[in-house]
Amino acid sequence: MSGHADRTGKDGGLYARRADIFPRAVDGFYRRLKWYVMAATLAVYYVTPWLRWDRGPYAPDQAVLVDLAHRRFYFFGIEIWPHEFYFVAGLLVMAGVGLFLVTSAVGRAWCGYACPQTVWTDLFLHIERFIDGDRNAQVRLKNAPWSPAKVARRLVKHGAWLTVGLLTGGAWIFYFADAPALLHAFLHGEAPTVAYATVGVLTATTYVFGGLMREQVCIYMCPWPRIQSAMLDERSLIVTYKDWRGEPRSHGTKRSEGAGDCIDCKACVQVCPTGIDIREGPQLACITCALCIDVCDEMMAKVGRPRGLIDYATLESCQAEAAGAPPVPIARTLTRPRTLFYVGLWAMVGLALMFALGNRTRLDLTVGHDRNPLWVRMSDGDIRNAYTIKLRNMESRPRTVWLTLDGLANARMWDSTDAESAAAATLRFTVPADSVEQRRIYLRSPAQTEDSVPIGFTVTAADDAKAQDRVESRFEGPEE
Amino acid sequence: MRASFLFVTKARAMTEKKIDEATGTETKGHEWDGIEELDTPLPRWWLWTFYACILFAIGYSVAYPAIPLLDRATTGLLGWSSRSQLGQEMRAADAANATTRTAIAKADIATLDPHGALMQATVAGGRAAFKVNCAPCHGAGAAGSKGYPNLNDDDWLWGGDRAAIHQTILHGIRQPDSSTTRMSQMPAFGRDGILTPAEILDVVSYVRLVSRQESGSAAAQRGAALFAANCAACHGTDAKGNREFGAPNLTDAIWLYGGDREALTTTITNARYGVMPAWGEKLDPATINMLTAYVHSLGGGE
Repeated sequence: MSGHADRTGKDGGLYARRADIFPRAVDGFYRRLKWYVMAATLAVYYVTPWLRWDRGPYAPDQAVLVDLAHRRFYFFGIEIWPHEFYFVAGLLVMAGVGLFLVTSAVGRAWCGYACPQTVWTDLFLHIERFIDGDRNAQVRLKNAPWSPAKVARRLVKHGAWLTVGLLTGGAWIFYFADAPALLHAFLHGEAPTVAYATVGVLTATTYVFGGLMREQVCIYMCPWPRIQSAMLDERSLIVTYKDWRGEPRSHGTKRSEGAGDCIDCKACVQVCPTGIDIREGPQLACITCALCIDVCDEMMAKVGRPRGLIDYATLESCQAEAAGAPPVPIARTLTRPRTLFYVGLWAMVGLALMFALGNRTRLDLTVGHDRNPLWVRMSDGDIRNAYTIKLRNMESRPRTVWLTLDGLANARMWDSTDAESAAAATLRFTVPADSVEQRRIYLRSPAQTEDSVPIGFTVTAADDAKAQDRVESRFEGPEE
Repeated sequence: MRASFLFVTKARAMTEKKIDEATGTETKGHEWDGIEELDTPLPRWWLWTFYACILFAIGYSVAYPAIPLLDRATTGLLGWSSRSQLGQEMRAADAANATTRTAIAKADIATLDPHGALMQATVAGGRAAFKVNCAPCHGAGAAGSKGYPNLNDDDWLWGGDRAAIHQTILHGIRQPDSSTTRMSQMPAFGRDGILTPAEILDVVSYVRLVSRQESGSAAAQRGAALFAANCAACHGTDAKGNREFGAPNLTDAIWLYGGDREALTTTITNARYGVMPAWGEKLDPATINMLTAYVHSLGGGE
């Protein structure tokens, strides 16, 4: 009976009860690979907020920080301002293309190894085995009547899960504030309400998704398996059962003549974290965690058959093998045009982002022309325009900058907080570290022959003539 | 627990159930080109979430305004309304601003430090108060229109320093029944028969000469004598106006009612005397100070 059939509602009911799954422990190449990936991803998640990165006295020293209050994003030596959000958009594009690339090359590797749902579910499964024992012990415990010992085990298990959930949610908030200070405030009950609420919500979702819902998240909630159906083709690597080799199945020691390699030990079903039978072919619920490969290889070794009855393979290769041809080498799968196209696309976006990052100026000017009134006639017939300028100093030090005007001879320029007598060809401003200075600027000029004259403002750092930004605007006046 | 309590289809119960062989799931009985629709049940957690949403919606409809009636909506048990919430927030904002408003009300606006933090708050408050009280005549950008002065420029009828602006806003201009309002009256030279239509045209020529819109002419020469006799008392012998009487400078480029021949003829014939309310009767001292600071900050303040 398949996993899906298990989930069918009884008596035509409207919902299906979640069938309990007790995956058996297994060891092998892919299991060890999953250990390493789990260790690496969890380490990155928990350790990153605690890394320090010196940015001088005017900026935080946390290596990775999403400072929502001040609208800054810090990533080691990179600082992103809100108007540079396209870098984040670019990273998302890379992540999207990266998923296509990974899917094209190695199928659902993301689902099987790196997805947080998989990593945390894996962690929860290990905790469960540590407390309740392996599959058989878990089944026995489930069927046993309630006793103090069973209650104690359940309490310990759910307590451990909740603790992991709490640590998971707890780690998340440190990405949004100075980690040591926040930890101190958090433990003393002085952290913002939103911090406690976030930890609470993430504790709950981690506990529910990792402990209670598990494969249901993948099968019912996640859109990715559906998208996968469109992404995979006959040349994508998937975990597959080689039925041409395994069928017809034999049972135990009674191997009849002409029987396949599959001894129907059901080990592959017992280790599966989503409770499916891989021998029914590729299916939506398979996250390609490859644990069935490990356990099947173990069984094949015991019965003296070659490994790989269940293995990573493409459908194309399987068909070739079934027909007696040699398997398609994996290098050919990895270097097919579609995969190379994704590699190229991914690299292009990445290079473009790095180029943009390397060439961005840390001094930025925006100019807004007053819209009401567009212009003002002065008593001597001159025309005055007003502009709101924003000087962004994106470096973590105060900076002196010069503002100059081009395109309008005979014009006088002055800061609105000064008297007109302070008018000069160049205005000097000191912009505090890592902040925006907003000023209102007046331009006064004799009436022009045209009602709208193109002009330009240029801001230049006093300490570096190359740190410069020019913005075009207009000088408006009456039609005369 | 059987959960088919609500939606069980009796019609299906009467006909024969069709079970899909591959999955063991019941089908809906629909078929397209051999493809049948399975009646796969919803997961339990999804269904309970759905029911919880329905319960929430019912509770929400009872507690909050929800059902539209002919002239209003049901009020809800909690008595919440967006209007009362706005009122609360406005009161809270007023309370939060109380200290600053008191300081602004007490400040001497004429001598307040133009670069200080209090001045910044005063100008910001004036920007908001201007849009409510002054924009209907002077425009949202204070650029005015015909008959309503542009407050951005450097030409002032009654004076452009903060004390003069404060006086103007507080007591208004030609406010009826006020002894403190700014008052002056231009004679209707044509309508009251002080000047003949021909003489008025001569004065128009002279005014356009001193404002450098026309070159000299015989009419302008005749107008000069008429101007000295009839207009110079208020507008000055040099035609540069007098702020005591709110008499505009006639030599500059700014015209409240227009500087062309037709507009000037109308002005001299019928006279002009714009009116502005005495805002001291309507607004508190803090707001008057704010408006003063804001108008002064628009670029023409003296």
